[in-house]
Amino acid sequence: MDITARKQGPILIATVNDTRIDAAVAIEFKETIRAEAEATEGPVILDLSNVTFLDSSGLGAVVAVMKLLGSSRPLELAGLTDPVAKVFRLTRMDSIFTIHPSVPSDLRATG
Amino acid sequence: MTPGRQGSNSTISTTSGPALRGRARDVFARHFTAGDMATRGVLQDLVSGLSNAGICGDDLATVELILAEVLNNVTEHAYADGPGPVELSVQMQRRALACQIVDRGRPMPSGDAPDPPLPPIEPMVNMPEGGFGWHIIRCLTTDLTYQRVGKRNTLSMRVPLTGSG
Repeated sequence: MDITARKQGPILIATVNDTRIDAAVAIEFKETIRAEAEATEGPVILDLSNVTFLDSSGLGAVVAVMKLLGSSRPLELAGLTDPVAKVFRLTRMDSIFTIHPSVPSDLRATG
Repeated sequence: MTPGRQGSNSTISTTSGPALRGRARDVFARHFTAGDMATRGVLQDLVSGLSNAGICGDDLATVELILAEVLNNVTEHAYADGPGPVELSVQMQRRALACQIVDRGRPMPSGDAPDPPLPPIEPMVNMPEGGFGWHIIRCLTTDLTYQRVGKRNTLSMRVPLTGSG
């Protein structure tokens, strides 16, 4: 699972570089984000702008990440493509997460 | 859009799945051994095949999602004891894709295809991590039927085509 994580102030921005979060990689996805998040303490923004396919296994893995971060460390989502947004909408999980159209511009990498 | 929750104005066949129409034609068929990576490969071929058949945009994404959920269930539940054969076929009808999935694994525990409500949105510690698959399938399909004949499970459904996206 190809995930790039970088710190921007207290915030960890994890960008998924793979295009699919499905049953084949759900566990690996969860464990990779967990390992990255263990090195930091602040909020996490998950950049899903490269992900064009997410099934209920992938959705479950995103929820699992939210739960393992705990209530003191919000997990926010950014850059949902249409097919991914549809899964969040159908399951009403769009009401649980703060969803940004893209990674907030003041948090984007510079240079 | 939730066609599965609104009923359907198309012909309903309760015993043999989506009825074949005069203009129905096969657009995709695969026999394979169940598994997460096999599902990925089949879906990739499906998207390519349906794309060549003129299905695009939202419709293509929708049928890929539905069949991912169905095939994940086959791998995880029907073949919980170990992988086995799966037959997937898709036919193009006038305003829908008729999909049929056959496996030789365990039967559906209830004897029918589940139609669960969405898991409740709970306080975070209790937030469900599963139970969404059948909700997604039911939301996006019509005429869904399940049959157990001998040792074969046959699931049939229609995916309405919107032509959008």
